[in-house]
Order: sequence, then structure tokens, then C-alpha cells
Amino acid sequence: MLYVFKEGWNTFKSIFTGMGVTIRHFFGPSVTLQYPKERMELPKGARAKLYVNIDDCIGCNLCARACPVNCIDIETVKATDDVDLGKTSTGNPKRFWLTRFNIDMAKCMYCDMCVHPCPTNCIYMVPEYEYSDVDRSNLVFHFSNLTPDMVAEVKEKAEEEAEQKKREREEMKRKKAEARKKKEEEKKKQASTKKNDKSDDDKPSTPGKKDS
Amino acid sequence: MINFAANTTYTLPILVHAAIPLTIILVYALVAIWGERKIAGFIQDRLGPMNVGGWHGWAQSIADLLKLLQKEDIVPNNASRFLYKFAPFMMFAASYAAFAVIPFSSSYIGSNINIGVFYLLAVTSLLTLSIIMAAWASNNKWSLLGGMRSAAQMVSYEVPTIATVLTVIIVAGSLNLMTITEMQAGNDTLGFLPNWLIFQNPFLIVAFIIFFISILAEAHRVPFDLPESESELVAGYQTEYSGLRWAMFMLAEYADMLLLSLLGSVLFFGGWNSPFGEFMAGPVWGFFWFMLKGLLLVFVMMWIRWTLPRYRVDQLMHICWGILIPLSFINLVLVALWEVIF
Repeated sequence: MLYVFKEGWNTFKSIFTGMGVTIRHFFGPSVTLQYPKERMELPKGARAKLYVNIDDCIGCNLCARACPVNCIDIETVKATDDVDLGKTSTGNPKRFWLTRFNIDMAKCMYCDMCVHPCPTNCIYMVPEYEYSDVDRSNLVFHFSNLTPDMVAEVKEKAEEEAEQKKREREEMKRKKAEARKKKEEEKKKQASTKKNDKSDDDKPSTPGKKDS
Repeated sequence: MINFAANTTYTLPILVHAAIPLTIILVYALVAIWGERKIAGFIQDRLGPMNVGGWHGWAQSIADLLKLLQKEDIVPNNASRFLYKFAPFMMFAASYAAFAVIPFSSSYIGSNINIGVFYLLAVTSLLTLSIIMAAWASNNKWSLLGGMRSAAQMVSYEVPTIATVLTVIIVAGSLNLMTITEMQAGNDTLGFLPNWLIFQNPFLIVAFIIFFISILAEAHRVPFDLPESESELVAGYQTEYSGLRWAMFMLAEYADMLLLSLLGSVLFFGGWNSPFGEFMAGPVWGFFWFMLKGLLLVFVMMWIRWTLPRYRVDQLMHICWGILIPLSFINLVLVALWEVIF
């Protein structure tokens, strides 16, 4: 009989203990984050998406070389002498047109290795993580701010200038070569005349020489 | 007092009259299913449905109902077609019919018959029958197991339920639910407590505890939800059902929960009587108090559901035959003695 009461007491005690726990949680705060409406604050230094401040990029290609998965694709064209691309905010002079700066976030493994080599701190991670897509090609982000026309123009100009420089260089080479030739010829000529002269006025030309 | 059952010449008033409990059940079911999900959410530190309808997902059950209406009504190949299709409606009819004798307010009762409690207990037995019907007709082993468990459970737990109801009848001296409610009016117990039966007699508190445990089993609620245990019997007798028929089972289950809670509130908590005596009394307030008491018991049922794990079948049977039935009969004798002495 005592056993029955003891067991009964234990049963009700445990049931009410359990119900006390649940009712505390019933009135307690919820842990749910209603995602599209509320967002968790990302921790400092979260690696979510790469961003390039293209105005500061000097086209040094260091980030592309640091990338372990080759997800950064950079193409640069040397600026012609008549344009001044200005300086970056860190004071480095810009010498290249960035005709292509693509980052394939489908390949990126968020290692942060491209961020540290950058001399102008223009490539960095931004806390934006909602860019999923059904098409992988939409995950390639284009950062170059040149229009295709401009790219073509810039390339043409650069080629022209390169050709001109080449021509100039060749001209210069030729001129140099010519000049050298001329010089050599002159030298030769001089040498021959000198020989003649030498034979002619060998004696009178050496006044300081002791006569023996 | 309205008593339309005596008047059979007017069909329309009777239909309107019958629609009142139906409306209550339907509105309650929508609220209760939403509420159950909310309560489950809060207890598990979640929020529950939040989006449908704007304010805290209040339209979630309406959306679910629309979804269920659009679903295909599947009948398994080897099922007994007529019984299979008929069972859910019979189950709902059983719990709906029992609402006829529930006194919703001092001026509204479906049928003011003298054997109200007896009628109610008899009609709710049809629930077991319809569950076995659904289980057997499905021709599915899980369903059959669920149906058999349900039969065993209902047959067993009806005994302590009836024994505890009998204790109330001994005290009240009537089988008429309206009369039982009316005799609980007033605020004289110990000077301040309402004259509810649960405060009348210490043994009636024990009776209420046994009654509540038994109605948990009768309504197939956790921890006694063995007939439909999702994790072991893949929802038992509901396994093969889909769409509207499944919704009928769900509705019947929730209606049954409300019915038994309302019965508990009539038998032990004074039905539509206000807890403040004459203050806030009257037909409309009566309805309010009655539903409040019923829904509080429903809330406790939900609260228990999200707290306790399910019993094994042998434990279920042991609790009933080994503890509740002897206890309820001893209690019956003690209440009878108390009534004789005081």
C-alpha cells in the first residue's frame, strides 16, 4: 500500500516537473530568427562575397596570382601616353586600363588570400551573402567599369601606340645604326686620311720629339 | 429555455438549431489546430506558423483546409470501398451528435433530455466503432494495428470514465446535464468558492484527476495516442486516408477533445456558471465562461501532449486495469459514503 502511494506520488511529481519545464518554455523567449524579415548580424571579418573597388585597382595582378583556385580573371591594357589615369586613393599611380576583372564566386573558396597581397586594399570581402543563383554563369561578377566600345578603343589605341613606338624604336635603331655606320665610315676615312697625314707630316707634327 | 427536439413540425428551425453546435465545432477546430501548432512552437522555443494571413499566421488552418480540399481522394485497391468512405463521416457524426446534450449556455441546449450523460457516453462509443471500421476497411497492417489498439483502449478507458461520471451523478442526483449545471450555481462553498462540484467534496478532486486521465485516453491524446502513433504506426487508422476524409478524422478528433473537455467542465467546473456568482452571469456570459473552461482543459491537453512521451500498450493497459479502475471504484464508494454521512 505504501509502495502504491510512493509510486503515485513519484508519478505525479515527475509529470508536474515536466509540465513546469514546458510551461516555462511556453512563456520564455523564442529562438527563432524569421530569416527573410530579420537577419543575423554577421561577425566582423565575415567572408561572404568578394568586392573590388575598381577605382583603386592598379592592375598589378597580385590577387589573381595569389588565388589558389584561379577564380580571378584580370586583363589589362597599358594606358597610352596621352591619357593620365590618375592615382589611386592610396597614392599609387595607375598605368593600366582594366579591360576585364571577373571574379567567379562559384569557384571562390573564401580563403581571403587575394585580399592581403593587394597593395591598394581595393579587393575585399563584403558582408553580402544572398546571391545564390540557379545559373552558374550568373555567379561570375564583372568589376571592370569599361564599356565594350571603350575596351576596343583602348586596345586599338594601345596597339597603335605600341606599333608607333615599335616603329620609332626601329627608326631609332636604324638611325643609330646609320649613325654608327657613318661614324665608322668617318672613322675609317679619318683613319685613312690620318694615315696619309701621318706619312706626310710625320716629322713636323712632332715638334716635341727629340731629334736624334 | 429552447427545446426544439420536442417540436418536429418546423424543419428549418431544427436545421438552424443543429447548425449552432456545428458552427462552434468548426470555428473551434480552426482555432484549435492553429493554437496547437502555436503552443507546440512556444513550448519548443519556436514561433509556430507566422506568415499565412498576416497576424501570427492566424489563417494557417484555413490554408491547410483549402489544401486538403484540393487533394486527391485516394481509395486503396483492396479496401472495402463503402466502409472506407463512410468511416470518417461516421466518426465526425458520433462526436457531433454528442454535442446535442451539451448545455452551452443557460438558455441554449440542443436537447434537454433526462439521460444526457448516458446518451453522451453511448454516442461517443461510436467513435471506436468508426475507428475500427476505418482501420479494417483500409486493408493495411498499420491501420489494423491502430484500430485494434483503439478498440482495446476505448473499451478499457470507458470503465474509469463512467465510474467517475457516476460519482458526479451520485452527488448531483441527475443524468440531465442542464440540471447538473444549474445545481452548481452560487458562491457558498467555504464562504467564497463557487458551488462547483470539484469543491464540494475532496473525493471529487480524485474523481476529476481519474476522469481527466481517462478522457485523454478517450480522445486519443498524448500520452495515450497509441491508435494513431505517428512514429510507430504511421498514423494508425489514418494511414490510407487523404484529403477531405483525412480532414474529417482530424475534425472529429478535435471535436471529441472539445466535447470531453466540455463534459468535464459541466461535471466538475459548473458549466456555464460564472466563477463570480451573479457577476458576469447571463446567457452570453454563460457561453463565454463555458467555452473558457472547456478551452482551458483543451489547453491542458495540448500542454500535456508536448510534455509527455507516449506509453507502451502494456503500460496503457496496466494504468487502466491496474490503477484507474480500482481507484475509481474505491472513489465511487467513498463519495457515496460521504454523501450518506454529510
